[in-house]
Amino acid sequence: MLTKRIIACLDMDGGRVVKGVRFRNLRDAGDPAECAAAHARNGADEIVLLDITATSGNRRTMLDAVFRTAHSLFVPFTVGGGIRGLDDAAAVFDAGADKIAINSGAVRDPSLISRIAGRFGSQAVVVAIDARKIDGGFEVFIAGGRVPTGREAIQWAREAAACGAGEILLTSMDRDGTQSGFDCRLVRDVAEAVSIPVIASGGAGSARDFIEVFRDGRADAALAASIFHFGIENIAQLKRELRDASIPVRWPC
Amino acid sequence: MICIVDYSAGNLNSVKKAFHYLGADVVVTDQSETVAAADKIVLPGVGHFSSLQALNRTGLREVLLQGAFAGKPFLGICLGMQWLFEGSEECAEFAGAGIFPGRCRQFPSSVKSPHVGWNSLTVREGSRLLRGIAQDSFVYYTHSFYAPVVAETTAASEYGLQFAGAVERGGIFGVQFHPEKSGEVGLSILKNFCEV
Repeated sequence: MLTKRIIACLDMDGGRVVKGVRFRNLRDAGDPAECAAAHARNGADEIVLLDITATSGNRRTMLDAVFRTAHSLFVPFTVGGGIRGLDDAAAVFDAGADKIAINSGAVRDPSLISRIAGRFGSQAVVVAIDARKIDGGFEVFIAGGRVPTGREAIQWAREAAACGAGEILLTSMDRDGTQSGFDCRLVRDVAEAVSIPVIASGGAGSARDFIEVFRDGRADAALAASIFHFGIENIAQLKRELRDASIPVRWPC
Repeated sequence: MICIVDYSAGNLNSVKKAFHYLGADVVVTDQSETVAAADKIVLPGVGHFSSLQALNRTGLREVLLQGAFAGKPFLGICLGMQWLFEGSEECAEFAGAGIFPGRCRQFPSSVKSPHVGWNSLTVREGSRLLRGIAQDSFVYYTHSFYAPVVAETTAASEYGLQFAGAVERGGIFGVQFHPEKSGEVGLSILKNFCEV
């Protein structure tokens, strides 16, 4: 039976994993390779590494971190942040990523999705969408949530899928970092609009939140960053609770 | 020496890395001579069935078939396993190797496609590739087309229907899932291949 995936997300700044509270007060949470290996040992089904600064200046640092993290990681590994062209994507794949996540780059030029998918396969292309609730709908934001695009999230998800995206990583900006639960309505609307898997992100705070987003949000996977650092929510324990609630999960790992 | 065949269908780093991790002597190549000289052959691949046509253009197809029929251990991964069947709905005009009977088909519309994620294996006893792999072990899949369950199927998974997770005939093996991305279970399978 296909299981629901639990994905651990590492936000990286200058080659280190950081954790912020509502995007501020960034705290050092360790080395990306060590964090990724620890999450995988604990039962994470996938690892996502997001370079949250993604300036050209620290590109080398980022690729080094990807290389070191991928070296002894044998679960799917996605890397995002600052991928604007095919060459950026190729460099990240060369460093050891299995999938790349693109966000602003895809909104600015949707053909980037089909070009990367054409060369590396759709399974390697995750389109990340940051969405905020506006007038009853959801608007897509880019540039780390700073720039509104006027695009409607569900429509954009459909377009991204049609361009060859393999998965949608959907973040509710309203919930991000709040630990107040996923936005199940947003997730369900997108999950029902596309045939590709949807990864829910933003708002994870407890096992109950994951149960709801899998049941009510129809998510195929759920991602969390902050709660998995510093051991607030242990992935193994989370999976036990999901299994007890009859949500299919990979267990034992 | 294990040879990973590069026919420009996606990223082969992960497969190479996993064999490296296991201490295997491994090389990635698109050269027929290197494939012919290898002790074992791995045919990976992701994406569209039509990308396998590159094997015909480059002359690799004959080298691969000669190696496999000569008893050289052969492992097809994902698209590489599908190639071992007669063909695929995904690209009807291109023939696979036909080592296993039947054609690959698209998942029914009752389930989301592609099939992405960790699914459990129903393992049949006696497989050399899956030696020591527990019943209901989880492996990572990502694909839109599936190979049918046939007499040579050594493990099946369920997604809308039963499909072949692994096949085996003599020293010719195929896995639809990605052992290089399937944690300890996947590494054990690759280790078994190294030891065949």
